[in-house]
Amino acid sequence: MSHAILALEIGWGTTLAIKTVIVLMIIPLGALILGYTFLLKMMSHMQSRLGPMDPGGFHGWFQLVGDGIKFLQKEDIMPEQADRRVFALAPAIVVISTFLIFLVVPTGPRLVVKDLDVGVFYALAVSSLSVIGVLMAGWASANKFALIGALRAAAQLIAYELPLLLAVVGVVLQAGTMSLNGIVEAQATGSVFGMDFFGNPFILTQIVGFVLFLVAAQAELTQTPFDMPVAESELVAGYMVEYTGFRFLFFFIGEFGTAFAFAALAATLFLGGYAIPGVTGTLADLLGPVVLFVKLMAVAFLMFWVRFTYPRLREDQLQAIAWKYLIPIGLLNIIATAIIKVAVN
Amino acid sequence: MTTTETPGFEVDPALYRNLENAQVNVELDTGDMILNLGPQHPATHGTLRLVVRLDGERVVAADPVIGYMHRGYEKLSEFRTYPQITTLINRIDWLSSFANEVPFVHGAEQLMGVEAPPRAQWIRTILTELSRIATIYLFLGEMGLQVGALTPAFWGFRDREHVLNLIEAATGGRFHPNFNRIGGLKDDLPWGWISECRATMDKILKGCDDFEDVLVGNEIFEARTRGIGIIPGELGAAYGVSGANLRASGVDWDLRRDGKPYLAYPEIDFKVWTHPDGDSFARYWVRLQETREAVRMVIQLLDGLPAGSIMAKVPRIIKVPEGEVWVEVENPLGQMGYYIVSKGATGPFRVKIRSASFSNVSILPWLLRGVYVPDVITIMGSLYFILGDIDR
Amino acid sequence: MAGFKKPKLPGVISGLGVTFRTMLEGAVTVQYPHEREEPPARARGVIALKEENCTACMLCGRSCPDWCIYIEGHKELRPPRREGGRPRSVNILDRFDIDYGLCMYCGICVEVCPFDALFWSPEFEYSEPRIAELLHDKDRLGEWMEGVTEPEPLELGADTPKVKK
Repeated sequence: MSHAILALEIGWGTTLAIKTVIVLMIIPLGALILGYTFLLKMMSHMQSRLGPMDPGGFHGWFQLVGDGIKFLQKEDIMPEQADRRVFALAPAIVVISTFLIFLVVPTGPRLVVKDLDVGVFYALAVSSLSVIGVLMAGWASANKFALIGALRAAAQLIAYELPLLLAVVGVVLQAGTMSLNGIVEAQATGSVFGMDFFGNPFILTQIVGFVLFLVAAQAELTQTPFDMPVAESELVAGYMVEYTGFRFLFFFIGEFGTAFAFAALAATLFLGGYAIPGVTGTLADLLGPVVLFVKLMAVAFLMFWVRFTYPRLREDQLQAIAWKYLIPIGLLNIIATAIIKVAVN
Repeated sequence: MTTTETPGFEVDPALYRNLENAQVNVELDTGDMILNLGPQHPATHGTLRLVVRLDGERVVAADPVIGYMHRGYEKLSEFRTYPQITTLINRIDWLSSFANEVPFVHGAEQLMGVEAPPRAQWIRTILTELSRIATIYLFLGEMGLQVGALTPAFWGFRDREHVLNLIEAATGGRFHPNFNRIGGLKDDLPWGWISECRATMDKILKGCDDFEDVLVGNEIFEARTRGIGIIPGELGAAYGVSGANLRASGVDWDLRRDGKPYLAYPEIDFKVWTHPDGDSFARYWVRLQETREAVRMVIQLLDGLPAGSIMAKVPRIIKVPEGEVWVEVENPLGQMGYYIVSKGATGPFRVKIRSASFSNVSILPWLLRGVYVPDVITIMGSLYFILGDIDR
Repeated sequence: MAGFKKPKLPGVISGLGVTFRTMLEGAVTVQYPHEREEPPARARGVIALKEENCTACMLCGRSCPDWCIYIEGHKELRPPRREGGRPRSVNILDRFDIDYGLCMYCGICVEVCPFDALFWSPEFEYSEPRIAELLHDKDRLGEWMEGVTEPEPLELGADTPKVKK
């Protein structure tokens, strides 16, 4: 990767600046899009209501922006007993981990901030950083609800890191690379069942991995049925309970931004990412983001559909699912993939 | 977290027994965490405070603290006339306010020796069953919210709205009908009400099917509720638990059928649903069946509604002769009773209100020992109490 | 503690189906400030006062469960109807206030009124930012007479309705 965007030669400083700005914009924007489409609109319709209709004129599209502005105006309340520095730092860590995931997600053959050779590994590694922020938030809030929430979050995220990884290993085995760009190319150029006009999206061969990935991602994102860390009927808001104003906004962006990032990851790993088979060059760079966005929204729809339908599991049941079912299934999937790969080649 | 210093004196064994009995007496203990669920907490339906002692996420002891919403209706009743009291007792269990009025008016009628005409009795029964549907239907959705499913709660509110519209069209008040008069009803049903009621009942049945698909059939919901908060039938009865909570423990006891005959219940055919398990799932299931049964009863009642007047002859100024009476009925939440003492004045001398939720939550300390924090919410949700019904 | 059972497919999937169907069914909510739901004719929205019927007899004020009706009146002598007769004494209503901050909407006052001066109106848009401003005087109560409807017909099998003029 030279420092080039759309074939324009620019200095590395400018490139860096542009990339930074894009990543900084894409996460809040993604959070807004997901929040509006699914939290405000899809959920409302599933509940036989319309959701916000007035702000912005058309179906209340401005509602979340307005909410954001409102959050910025709010008083920044810090509990008296709180560990002030940790309390202030925690939301930032959660958001930063979201930003870091997006560094390696390719949106076009050359439209990627940094095409790491260990892209998948890196993405999953930084995504689990957020748990540190959550733990800090819960501990520093000096609130029992927050503490319980944070400890639940820690236990849960650790338990689901493994199935997430195992789900991806199958893809990595099949593609033969850990670079996300490489995985996309492998899907675009591969063929399945003797047909090659739409490439080989790994969802067809790795359906088990895809389901595992979605389940584990749901747990990573602390969404229902795995939302015990924030369980509003038990812990009010879990680790976020003492947060107000823009710090709460950070958590919100972190939650939906991470959902955006994970949906993008799933779309890249299993649905073929940005690629349209047969389209290459600058056109692929131009169409890539759109294609990825459409696939991403499809994955996000699945995730949020489950979120708004299911009840919540209990913490011990969640651990049981992770260790008794998901991890063995993941391991079996890897073994099967490996055997088939060896047999076919 | 909250550690209190251990005083250096020998511990009286009697105090230990107190601890086991879930008292808030925890000065002697340092290892556990005390969590205050409420009085402001999303899962306590209002202002119930639950002091929970936790060992990790496991509840060692729980103590419900009630009274944050005490409004003193028993005392207020002593300074009101009989027609005025019905407006107060509307507000005891605000979700099924019509059902609250019936036993009181019934008691006053018994003391006066008047009886409401059949049409009034039947309309009373219809409206009681409608308020039963309105109350329980909300539970069916809200139970989902307690275990984490957001969407069914809104469906609960959505379809209850149709029932409330019916109650409003007939009585004028959505929540506080104040429609019963001593000797009958304030008004007859408005034109077109019956057909509207039939249409609404179809919607309720359809909604019940939705709940069955989304919650009862859902394995996650089952995992969260099955075996959680088991009330043995005899113990439940000893604690005074009543209504669907008791029937879910296999006790086949329903005052509509087993009590002193009242309203039009002896004349219609209905089934009392029970479940042998006694856990949270059984309570949900029994209530779901009861909603469907109530729909069946409403349709029967609409079919057989007799014609005639809706008001017996009563004097304009109501004076209830001297005497005492105890009336108990099956309310949506359980057994509701009034003990009315009259000294012959325009108002009662003393009214004792037996409300279902007060007795239903009395089993909480026993029930909550050894469960996890999420189960606390499940159990409280499945017991289904209304704070106004506890505190009065 | 219940052992966890492995999720079987049907229950989990059928729930998704129901939410999806509901999503397509459309909303049941009313977009309030833009469209209004008409309350039923019997709805107890607000108490309206027909001032010319009121004789300041205080029955409503006395039967109110929380005494939120404030009435003041005085007697005036009017010229006799017939030549040479005695002058009539008439009750004049000076003040008729209802404190809607206290009112429980029970409807007892409307019922006890012997001269048909009080009516229920389905009007409901009279909220105030401050609770003290919910005390409405007789002019305001009179304005609400516009919304009062004739009593609607009754369901089959009912006795002939009492006519309230």
